[in-house]
Amino acid sequence: MRRGKRVRYNRCPNHPSLSQRKLGVIHIVKQHPSILKPSHLVLLLWTLILATTAFTAVAQTAEGPAKNWAPGSPELIQPDDLVKAMKGPQKPTVLYVGPKAFYQQAHVPGAEYIGATARPEGLEQLRTRSASIKHDAPVVIYCGCCPWDHCPNIRPAYDELHKMGFTNLKVLYLPGTFGTSWADKGLPVEKGQ
Amino acid sequence: MRRPLFVAISAIVIAIIAIAVYVGRHRFLPSSHTSEPAADAIQSRVQDTLLTDLDGRQFRPSDYRGKVLLVNFWAAWCAPCAEEIPQFVALQNKYRDQGLQIVGVSVEDIESELRAFCTRNHVNYPVVPGNQTIADSFGGVLGLPTTILIGRDGAIYKKYPGATDFSILEQDFRPLLAAAH
Repeated sequence: MRRGKRVRYNRCPNHPSLSQRKLGVIHIVKQHPSILKPSHLVLLLWTLILATTAFTAVAQTAEGPAKNWAPGSPELIQPDDLVKAMKGPQKPTVLYVGPKAFYQQAHVPGAEYIGATARPEGLEQLRTRSASIKHDAPVVIYCGCCPWDHCPNIRPAYDELHKMGFTNLKVLYLPGTFGTSWADKGLPVEKGQ
Repeated sequence: MRRPLFVAISAIVIAIIAIAVYVGRHRFLPSSHTSEPAADAIQSRVQDTLLTDLDGRQFRPSDYRGKVLLVNFWAAWCAPCAEEIPQFVALQNKYRDQGLQIVGVSVEDIESELRAFCTRNHVNYPVVPGNQTIADSFGGVLGLPTTILIGRDGAIYKKYPGATDFSILEQDFRPLLAAAH
């Protein structure tokens, strides 16, 4: 921005009736753009950078360290689609990777209990079970212990199976918990071991 | 920099940062919960459920008949649950004399980690390592955190699945505290 004639904008020369207090930034920008200096733009740029940083920091704090997939990601399967797939000719192997207490109360029909894969023993159990599954077979993993962004189990389970070479792997998207995003919606459940 | 422009730009800077923080918090932090009516049938089961806290003390919810009871299902490994604990501690302190009793039921925590968490956070109410039987007797708990509000009469008033909105929770239990035993 070009630097114009120096103007004392605490008393506008073209609008002498306006006192310093009444001089607003809009008046200056509209009527006297030459007052604006490159340093003002730099300050504005810094403001935007600072605001973006603050926004990102707050968002990350709220989300927690585990980053799960955004809705609509190709890794995800929706509850209704899983129900359809379970009735189809090629039923997926459904593995539950959360706490046992929830599985015992209610789980996706036919789902196999693995255990919480945030813990080493859960991951080991997942490796053991998946060793006997063909790598191109459809596999769905799910948890639903906590709200989606905070689930500590689903990402480690996915990463482990992905690392093992499973190519037809999906994650059941439960934005709330298994209770609110599956059972409360009237989708089928099984109880017990 | 001249004064009016400096003041104006400073105000814009503060406003932009405030808006960014506000939008960030409200976009990413869970802000509300849903509730569902509790079935009368489970109330007697709740009252008779035997609970054993970390100190080995056994009790039943019916032992707290006459108090307003908040049962919070949580886990130290569950980030949103753990974040709520200091607020439950504060509620217990604030309303103890008016008859509020909180009970924490932890789900699949390693006991040593649970004890360490409770010590670190000065948990001032009984914490019970949970199991399926306990969850079943409270009508089923299929996700964390979940909080259940029980009145002085032993009736279940509300179930709060998901992150707790403490302003709503407080608004809900204060009339129950005010009710005569």
